Amino acid sequence: MFKKLSISIIFIFLFAFNANAGSDGQLEFKKNNGEKEVKDCFEKLNRITFSFNQGLDKAVIKPIAKGYRKLPDPIQKGTNNAVKNLSSLITIPNNILQGDVKTAIINTARLAVNTTIGLLGTVDVANKMGFPKYIMEDYGQTLGSWGVGPGCYVVLPVLGPSTVRDTAGSFANILGGDPWYNASVHGNNEFLSDKVYITSKALSGIDFRANNIESFDNLEKNSIDFYASLRSLYLQDRENKIKNNQRGSIEVLYKDEEDWEEIDNK
Amino acid sequence: MHIKKIFLIFFIFNLTNTHLYSMEPQVFVQSTVNRASQILSKNISKENKINELKTIAKETVDIRGVGYYSLGSVRKNLNDSQKKLYFNLFEDYFLKSFSSRLSEYTNPKIEVYGKEILNKNYTIVNSLLIATSERPEVKIDWRVYTKNPDNPLIRDLIIEGLSLARTQKEEFISIINSNNGDINALFKTLEEFSKK
Repeated sequence: MFKKLSISIIFIFLFAFNANAGSDGQLEFKKNNGEKEVKDCFEKLNRITFSFNQGLDKAVIKPIAKGYRKLPDPIQKGTNNAVKNLSSLITIPNNILQGDVKTAIINTARLAVNTTIGLLGTVDVANKMGFPKYIMEDYGQTLGSWGVGPGCYVVLPVLGPSTVRDTAGSFANILGGDPWYNASVHGNNEFLSDKVYITSKALSGIDFRANNIESFDNLEKNSIDFYASLRSLYLQDRENKIKNNQRGSIEVLYKDEEDWEEIDNK
Repeated sequence: MHIKKIFLIFFIFNLTNTHLYSMEPQVFVQSTVNRASQILSKNISKENKINELKTIAKETVDIRGVGYYSLGSVRKNLNDSQKKLYFNLFEDYFLKSFSSRLSEYTNPKIEVYGKEILNKNYTIVNSLLIATSERPEVKIDWRVYTKNPDNPLIRDLIIEGLSLARTQKEEFISIINSNNGDINALFKTLEEFSKK
């Protein structure tokens, strides 16, 4: 009860900030289509958290990710498939909330096939059967698709880049929106526990980090402001996901970008 | 007979010329990536690869245009001497950053498969970096500046929907804003990056 109350307070706090932020003259990121802007209202605090996260990454997460990469390929692939399969438990309700019932049905069938024939999701049988490509959805994306603005940009300890809206969306997972969380933490069964849930989330993070070691190294090496680079990439990625742009379907993203039109090279 | 021969030669010459001077953006991108790929698969030192990649970048990327774009609205406030200084610093920064990013890849295979004409100034060329056992397939789109169709130039790379030019612009603006709008802070950062 206390846990739920605290989470709700944080949730409300974040939304309150979202409503009030906006007139402090902080850095603004104008979206290409002239929609709402994302502000880095807490930049000083964010940069401190970012430094902390980088230290944690160098000391703990990256070495673990490097070790993970040394595991045999089938284990890595199996882990990747299993965490992706679990994520569909969040994707399906979000497909429905976004009005995409057809994709919700496809993802439910995928979940059923992969969890049973695919040995608890470790083998992506659905992919081999020709199911459409799986696209993850979350509550932050749903809020975005409903027209909720991103609010301020925030860097969360350990978890990294987010926005007020996306953070609020993440809280929906532990407020009943994630069946995997409900079953693990509140399921009262002998096989699942909160430790299992945390382990699955940690594995998901390590798998992501392991798949991006070179990309992050390259980005860090070639950035003059790594914090700003990651912020830009995160916000662009979320923008694409909320608009459900297919990878590289840039006609929507870039057609109206006036800034390019002004540029001459003389 | 002689006149016919001359006419034929003239005709072929004209055809070749037309082909050469109105380069299709897709052909331009494919030939650029082929050149880069050739360099990356060569058995030469990383330093030599970087130097050769810089040459390609100078010929095929609109470095000045990207530089202008990266400044955002600040570009309107620069005086001539600041512009001159900025473009010198930006070119060094860009070439180092660009070639250093690319030199990490060995023998990348990129296939151009489509294009979309946005307007007379811009065409987006779609390509795929083919998957290997170590990394998945990567979608790369190229914003090609086609104002002068005889000399198309690359202005942006959009990797999996993420624009490198936009990222760079937001990085530059962040540095300027963190230093109370002082453009000299950006100049200093660019200089330091190029020297390191």
